[in-house]
Amino acid sequence: MITTTRRTAVAAAAVIALAGGLTACSSDGSKPAAGDSSASSTAAAPKLSGTVTVFAAASLKESFTALGKKFEAAHPGVTVKFNFGGSSALAQSIVSGAPADVFAAASTKTMKTVTDAKAAGADPKVFVRNTLEIAVPKGNPKHIAALKDLAGSGLKVALCAKEVPCGAAAVEALKAGGVNLTPVTLEQDVKGALTKVELGEVDASLVYRTDVKADAAKIDGVDFPEAAKAVNDYPIAALTKAPNATAAAAFVEYIQSAEAQQVLTAAGFQAP
Amino acid sequence: MSKLLPTAAREPADPSLARARRRRAHRVPYALLLPALLGLTFLVLPLAGLLIRAPWSALPEQLTSTEVWDALRLSLICATAATGVSLVLGVPLAWLLARTEFPGRRIIRALVTLPLVLPPVVGGVALLLVLGRNGIVGRWLDSAFGITLPFHTSGVVLAEAFVAMPFLVISVEGALRAADPRYEEAAATLGASRLTAFRRVTLPLIAPGIGAGAVLAWARALGEFGATITFAGNFPGQTQTMPLAVYLAMESDPEAAIALSLVLLAVSIAVLAGLRDRWMSAP
Repeated sequence: MITTTRRTAVAAAAVIALAGGLTACSSDGSKPAAGDSSASSTAAAPKLSGTVTVFAAASLKESFTALGKKFEAAHPGVTVKFNFGGSSALAQSIVSGAPADVFAAASTKTMKTVTDAKAAGADPKVFVRNTLEIAVPKGNPKHIAALKDLAGSGLKVALCAKEVPCGAAAVEALKAGGVNLTPVTLEQDVKGALTKVELGEVDASLVYRTDVKADAAKIDGVDFPEAAKAVNDYPIAALTKAPNATAAAAFVEYIQSAEAQQVLTAAGFQAP
Repeated sequence: MSKLLPTAAREPADPSLARARRRRAHRVPYALLLPALLGLTFLVLPLAGLLIRAPWSALPEQLTSTEVWDALRLSLICATAATGVSLVLGVPLAWLLARTEFPGRRIIRALVTLPLVLPPVVGGVALLLVLGRNGIVGRWLDSAFGITLPFHTSGVVLAEAFVAMPFLVISVEGALRAADPRYEEAAATLGASRLTAFRRVTLPLIAPGIGAGAVLAWARALGEFGATITFAGNFPGQTQTMPLAVYLAMESDPEAAIALSLVLLAVSIAVLAGLRDRWMSAP
């Protein structure tokens, strides 16, 4: 009787210990990649290894995924892991101690959150710029040609919430054009605003050029002059508490290289 | 009703035996106690963290903004309306599942409970595809009546009801299965129609079950985020419920988000505690 109780207790304790161990592992974040050769390299550059974890703005998803593969090909033994999301939310999780190596934000303001908290060095590098476009369903059924058309009656428009970079940029652009419009929804990130157009739930939304380009099969973009008044700079920085500092520095370097810039401009970004 | 319920198991005649049995019943094995306490800590600690980190000094200022009260008002109204919709549609549905036999009943039951496991965002997309402007039903609603549900408060109610109704159906169905059908049969032999029997006999019998289910559904609707933002969008005063406001505040001002969460917590606890005493018969 007593022995069974004790055995159960031991089993329960083991389970708890195991669970604790698992969480400890997963929060560690930088496990050396499997199959990592421990042979000393004779190359001049320090041989990179392990995982580099990159937190990047949702609008960088397509181009960074491609660049990650190129980076892995150039440095065998390195795995690049991405976490794409709204810049503000990513910045918050980095400040709260998420184990990331690199942060690429869609606005200097969100990067400032991170540098102010001393979670990144003082000099993030702006690696691309992005401007807004009016996203409309394929074929532009409502014949939207300018920003002021959005304020037309009976049009449903989605914007990003002002808390996220694409929303802040939209507010700037509308102010520059003196356009006063009431959107039907304020989306939490740029992909949400785009999806609403794609599904035909709204007639138009203000998103980045790059998002329109990435979704060219279903979406058309309308350029407007006021977009120049609301340019978003994209800064990138290696984080101070990066579990894999050497690989982080190399990745930040790589994003600013000519090869990476070519991929980014092909996606619709502008060179800084 | 209580007279008809079976009497509880009788105490043994020997008082010392009874004492021993009670002692055995009260001794908690450590193998259960330890994980139980860990579980309790795991559930309570994050909430305590919210209270510890709460910006108490800035709280009054945070809570005087009209956006907060708009969001709270909308949350309470929509969660209550969604519970109402769930009651009107869910109780008859539960009765159908519990009291009738028809081919494919099991499949129907599985379908009804599907929103429980479906990610709420997927639920929101599914609602859009059916009730949105280009949806199967939504297109017809739009052209015939000029009704568009997305981006409108009614869309919030629908999204919340979609996610919350299964809780109520499951709860009421369980109560119906536990309730003795012989009471209804007795009522029927005395000349009551099926509807009268349901209204006068069955409903009072399962009232605690309905109450518990309604509370669950209301709580689920109050915290609903994914389906709401996907189907109804996010606009202050129109579709921005409290969870949406919290999420967006987290993007720019975590302190405001914590303040909002505290309000939601306080309201939920107050309502649930108030309803519990009334509805849920303590064992």
